Amino acid sequence: MKRDPIYGLMAEFDSPTALVEAARKTHAAGYKKIDAYSPFPVEELAEAIGFHHDEVPLVVLIGGIVGGVSGYLMQWWISAVDYPLNIGGKPYNSWPAFIVITFEMTILFAGISAVLGMLALNGLPMPYHPVFNVPRFALASKDRFFLIVFSSDKKYDPAGTRQFFETLAPRSISEVPS
Amino acid sequence: MSEPLNTLESDRAPVIEPGHTFASVTEKISAIVLTRPASNGWFAGFGIAFMLTMMMLYAVGYLFLKGIGIWGDTIPIGWGFAIINFVWWIGIGHAGTLISAILLLLRQSWRNSINRFAEAMTLFAVACAGLFPAIHVGRPWLAYWLFPYPNTMRVWPQFRSPLMWDVFAVSTYATISALFWFIGLIPDLATLRDRAEHTTTKIIYGILSLGWRGSARHWHRYETAYLLLAGLATPLVLSVHTVVSFDFAIGIVPGWHTTIFPPYFVAGAIYSGFAMVLMLAIPIRKIYGLEDFITERHLQNSAKVMLATGLIVAYGYGIEAFMGWYSGDRYDAFTIWNRLHGRYAIPYYMLLLCNIFIPQVLWIRKLRKSPLALFLVSFVVLVGMWLERFIIIVVSLSRDFLTSSWGMYYPTRWDWMTYIGTLGFFLACMFLFCRLLPMISIFEMRTLLPEAEVKE
Repeated sequence: MKRDPIYGLMAEFDSPTALVEAARKTHAAGYKKIDAYSPFPVEELAEAIGFHHDEVPLVVLIGGIVGGVSGYLMQWWISAVDYPLNIGGKPYNSWPAFIVITFEMTILFAGISAVLGMLALNGLPMPYHPVFNVPRFALASKDRFFLIVFSSDKKYDPAGTRQFFETLAPRSISEVPS
Repeated sequence: MSEPLNTLESDRAPVIEPGHTFASVTEKISAIVLTRPASNGWFAGFGIAFMLTMMMLYAVGYLFLKGIGIWGDTIPIGWGFAIINFVWWIGIGHAGTLISAILLLLRQSWRNSINRFAEAMTLFAVACAGLFPAIHVGRPWLAYWLFPYPNTMRVWPQFRSPLMWDVFAVSTYATISALFWFIGLIPDLATLRDRAEHTTTKIIYGILSLGWRGSARHWHRYETAYLLLAGLATPLVLSVHTVVSFDFAIGIVPGWHTTIFPPYFVAGAIYSGFAMVLMLAIPIRKIYGLEDFITERHLQNSAKVMLATGLIVAYGYGIEAFMGWYSGDRYDAFTIWNRLHGRYAIPYYMLLLCNIFIPQVLWIRKLRKSPLALFLVSFVVLVGMWLERFIIIVVSLSRDFLTSSWGMYYPTRWDWMTYIGTLGFFLACMFLFCRLLPMISIFEMRTLLPEAEVKE
C-alpha cells in the first residue's frame, strides 16, 4: 500500500484553554481521527478529542492478581511440596508467614504492569513519528499546544480542513509530512 | 473559582514564586543540565565524593579478599555496622517515596518541586543500603542464593524467615522506586531532547525519552499509570520499613521483641529521610538559584513533617521504656536499665538529645524559616537516627540472656571506611544526577502555574 505523503494537518495554540476549545470544536465538526499535544497533562483534553477507554487500570489489576497468586503459590509449593522443612513444628503451609512476600509480589507485578502497560498501550518506545517533522513541534514540550487532524480521517481534505482550522484562530498551521 | 494556588493561600509562602511562565520554568530548569557549565565547586565536590567511593571499593575489595573478620562483628554482636547502616540508609530512602507517592495522593502540590530529587535520593540510598546485607553474608559472591531459583543443589530459601521477607521487600522497593522515577522523567527527557543543541545529547535524551510526544491519549494513560503507581508505592513504602523492623521484632532478643517496632521504624525512616531531603535541598537551591521553585514553604513543610515524625519516634522510645517496666519481663527491664546506665549509656543519651530534644527547636517559626538552622537540625537528626540503630542492635546483642555470652562491640577502620565510603558514593551519584537530569520535574512545575488551568 502506498503511504499517503501527508500525515495530517497541525494547528498551534498558545494556551491549554485555546487547545481544549479548538479540540472540542474539531471533534464536534465531525473529525474523529484527531490528536492533541501539550507540554503537561491537561485533564479536559482526552475527553475533548473523544478518548474514553483507558485500559491501564485493567492491566494493573491483572498484574496485581497474577503477582499475588503466583507469590503465594511459589511459597506454598516450595515450603509444602518440593522442600518441606520442619521448623519448630510449624505447619508446612504457614500462611501467616507467607503474607509479606505475597504482598510484595502483588505490588511488584502490579507496578511493573502499570509501567509496561502504559508504554505498550501508548505504543512507546517509538523513536520516529511524523509529527516531529514539523519544526515548530519542538515547542510542544515547552510552552505550545498542538492539534492535529490525521489525513486518514474520512472528513480530511487539505483545503477544507485548513479553512476549518483558520476559524479556530490558531497561531500557525502546518502540514505534517509522513 | 480559578484563583491561582499562590494567591489563595496568601498568608503562606507560595510554592512557586509569581511571574513565571511555561517557558521560563522550562528554561530555568533545563538550562542547569544543558547550558550551564560545570563549576569548579562541582568538580571539587564530585572529586571528593568520588574519592570516598574509591575508598568504599577498596574496603569492600579487601573484605572480599579477607572475609568479614576484618570488621568489628564478633559473637555476640554479629550484626554491627552492616545492619546499622543498612537500616539507616533504607530509612533515608523512605522520604523520597513519601514525597512522590503519598503527597501526590493527598494532592499536596508543593511536592512537585522536590519530588524528583527526593526520588533520586531514594534510589541512591537504597543502592547504598542494598550493599550492606550483600557484603555481610560472608560469601558475597553467593548472595544470589537469597533468591528462589531452581538449582542443582535442590534447596530453596526459607520463607518463614523475616530475612527472606526483607529480600523481597527491599528488591521490590528498589524496582518500584526506579520505575516511578523513570516514568516521571520521560516527559522531561523529551523536553531536554527538544532543547538540546548537540546531536549526541539530542540522541541520548531522545532514546531515553522513548519518543514521548505529549499526545493527549498518552498523557491520559500516563496519568492513570502514575496515579496507580503512587497508590501501589504508598503501602509498599510503609511495608518496607515494617519488614525491616520484623528482622528485629520476630526475634526474641530483649529490646527487639516488641510490637511498637513497625510504626516506630516507619516514622523514624521518614524522620531521617526528610532530614536528608533538607540537607540536600538547602545547598542545591542556593547553588543553582532555585529559590523560586524550592521556596520557604517547602522548607517549612519539611520541617513540620520532621517535627511530627520526630514526636512519633519519641513516643516509640517512651513506649519501649514503659513496656520494659510494664511487661514484667526481667530481660526487657534489664535492657532499658542497661541503655540508661550500661556501657553504651553515652550514645543513648546522645540519641535522646539528637532525636528528641534538639529537634524541638523546630517549634519556633523563625528557625523553621532559617535554612541554616534547618540544615543543622537535619544533620543532628541524621546522626541521631544512626545512633538509634546502633543502640537497638549493639545494646541488645551485647547483653542478652546469658552473662556468659556478653560482649562488647568495637568497629574497625574497615567498618568506618565502608560506611563513610557509601556516603561518598551517595553524594557522587547526587552530583552526577544534578548535572545530567532535570532535578525538578519540569512538566509538573508547569501544571502549578496559573495559566495551566483551562478556563471554561
